[in-house]
Amino acid sequence: MLIVLFMFHDSAYRQKASGMRPATRLHDLRDQIARIERGAAARPGAVVRFGIPAIDEALPRSGLALGALHEVAGAGPDTEHGAAATLFTAGILSRMAGPVLWVVDHPDLFAPGLAGAGLHPDRVIFAEAGKDVLATMEEGLRHPGLAAVIGEISGRLSLVASRRLQLAAEQSGCPAFALRRSRQFDDPVLTEPTAAATRWRVASLPSLPVLAHAPAVPGLARARWRLTLTRCRGGEPGSWMVEACDAAGALCLIPDALIPDALISDALAGTRLRA
Amino acid sequence: MRRVVSVWFPTLPADRLRRLGGGAPIGTPLITAAHDARRQIVAAVDATAAALGLRAGMALAQARALVPGLAICPAEPDADAAALRHWAGWCLRYAPLAAADPPDGIWIDVTGSTHLLGGENRLLRDLINRLTAQGMEARAAIADTPGAAHAAARFGTASRIPSDTTHRGATRAALVPLPIDALRLPAATCDGLRRLGFERIGQLLATDRAPLVRRFGARVATRLDQALGLVFEPIVPVLPPERAQARLTFMEPLLTEAAFATVIARLAASVCAALETTGQGARRLDLLFERVDGSVQAIRIGTARPSRDARHLTRMLQERLERVDPGLGVEAMRLIAVQTDALIHTQTETRLADADPPEADIAELVDRLSNRLGADRIYRAALVESDVPERAVRRVPALRPATRMTWPPDWPRPVRLLDPPQPIDAMALLPDQPPVAFTWRRLRHRIRHADGPERIAGEWWKRDGEMRSVRDYFRVEDEDGRRFWLFRRGDGSDPTTGDLRWFLHGFF
Repeated sequence: MLIVLFMFHDSAYRQKASGMRPATRLHDLRDQIARIERGAAARPGAVVRFGIPAIDEALPRSGLALGALHEVAGAGPDTEHGAAATLFTAGILSRMAGPVLWVVDHPDLFAPGLAGAGLHPDRVIFAEAGKDVLATMEEGLRHPGLAAVIGEISGRLSLVASRRLQLAAEQSGCPAFALRRSRQFDDPVLTEPTAAATRWRVASLPSLPVLAHAPAVPGLARARWRLTLTRCRGGEPGSWMVEACDAAGALCLIPDALIPDALISDALAGTRLRA
Repeated sequence: MRRVVSVWFPTLPADRLRRLGGGAPIGTPLITAAHDARRQIVAAVDATAAALGLRAGMALAQARALVPGLAICPAEPDADAAALRHWAGWCLRYAPLAAADPPDGIWIDVTGSTHLLGGENRLLRDLINRLTAQGMEARAAIADTPGAAHAAARFGTASRIPSDTTHRGATRAALVPLPIDALRLPAATCDGLRRLGFERIGQLLATDRAPLVRRFGARVATRLDQALGLVFEPIVPVLPPERAQARLTFMEPLLTEAAFATVIARLAASVCAALETTGQGARRLDLLFERVDGSVQAIRIGTARPSRDARHLTRMLQERLERVDPGLGVEAMRLIAVQTDALIHTQTETRLADADPPEADIAELVDRLSNRLGADRIYRAALVESDVPERAVRRVPALRPATRMTWPPDWPRPVRLLDPPQPIDAMALLPDQPPVAFTWRRLRHRIRHADGPERIAGEWWKRDGEMRSVRDYFRVEDEDGRRFWLFRRGDGSDPTTGDLRWFLHGFF
């Protein structure tokens, strides 16, 4: 079975490389294998979409897989608080239905801010787990009925621990989000390999003036992020400039043509851009 | 480590009579009278009578002469003892093991169940508040041993003696200044000790034991050791008979976790069957382990919703098995549904269309997490109508019905809030301009864009200090695009509104 899978992987890669969309037949076969492996409960095909074709197409099955672990981290000085990463996650959750479990080690989340990204307070159950964040996340993942489990993980996330979360997510079909935080800017610990299906970096970008023709007018326009998919199992890494979550949690892609050249050269220093 | 609460009812007989509607109205001195074979004496007094100088043991005629208009009731020791047992049963709401401590006290073994009420101090406050609200004057103290708690409740100044495991020698230090009456010795022994010059427990601890024991018997040494925790003092718990419960005794003492797990499953099944006949579901369950050495260990679990799902309850109990010390073995186990609520069967709806998934039930998950982390660690955030950011959120139980209310969307709020706000160095033009730059944690942020001020005035109806105070909030973006929520204390023109210092309060 493994050999067959590798072969398909390989052919899918070639198809993609030649610019074709991956064959649906391949997906069917993968679903079949998943069903044999995990029983009928698995919903291997379910995804949540961003609604932005450019991002969705980079992901396998054109969306963020539900039964999987996803990592989200901030970048640079925002690595510690991960405010943009938190809003990005809240935006994804607001496009799903049902209760979510948000496991924190210390409470500095501000619920009105989450509500501002479309995540209604009635849906979020907070768990202050101290040092038991991973165990609490796993407990939540193994329980049917949650739409998603989010865990704020400070520092290292080992391969074994992430594998446990990934397996629990696969079994229940409930997505797990690991919000990685660290007191150190761009901590190398955050780039160590884990079993997560995708890994996102969300970095702030300077926003434009409210009125393009009158830059002196005070005010704040919609925030901008550089969204980097640094790792994606079965998909392609990529990097996009987006406008931050609106009140319904939706992102908005900034077409490359609208980005001032100076900004691109600034922001790309050190960041991998999509080919 | 064992933790025991001792409750003392200083005016139990008078409070009991008043609760029954007898005696006299509050404010009128009330005493009970008994006969001591020679004459009528005062058996017990209430707070008003005590303030007027009346004491138990005084001749009734003298009391009458001292206080005109005295209300006198006959003493009923049996009724008082029954009342004490009733209150001991009532105290089972706090912990699985509670016992009457005649004539006027109760012991509660709260080992391992304080977290359900948010800690020891909150437990004591809640206990006293509830008893006072029911007309029972009470004092309570918590300590490592029944003896020390008993002494602290009656004679101590602090209601909480820290545990010896965290504060070495705390029990001993708390006992040293207390009078020897706190040792639960017979009155004759106390008198004899006082004649020898012993006033405080500290003096007894410092002296040689052998002469004391020869003169006053082993009781003095035993009480000292019991208070210090050197000798284990079991308390015999009251068992409420009307509760659904099950007990299993074993031929051989059990020691292993696997054996306990099997027994728990059987006990849970029979308790759930008993609950089903009465249409109840368990809200709180106590599992008692009766050890061969005569002491009782207990674990307690709580559920957020009434439940009689044996599988769920078994799993929750088994998760807490690690807290049990079986000692030399457990010869019997008892499972009691201490608190129950009505749980009526509901008919599940047949779904013609399979389109919408069945309603998710997360009560089991909330139960398990609450038992693992503590009930106050699982919560939802709910709206409070307050403009002060720190007060705009309130924690509510995770299973409270949804309100569908959310914060007004017009005022953007940060997603991370610093508590407390952190002082920053900022440069800004007064009165209304956002800062040009600010320094936080030695990092300088130049501000490119800003929005504000959003003026939030103090809530003068809550605190006098907020009468005139004002915060001016700004949303700012630095040159990297990070967004911060800053505020300045004061409106920039009137010095009484604040001292113009700048703070960082959150991140967007």
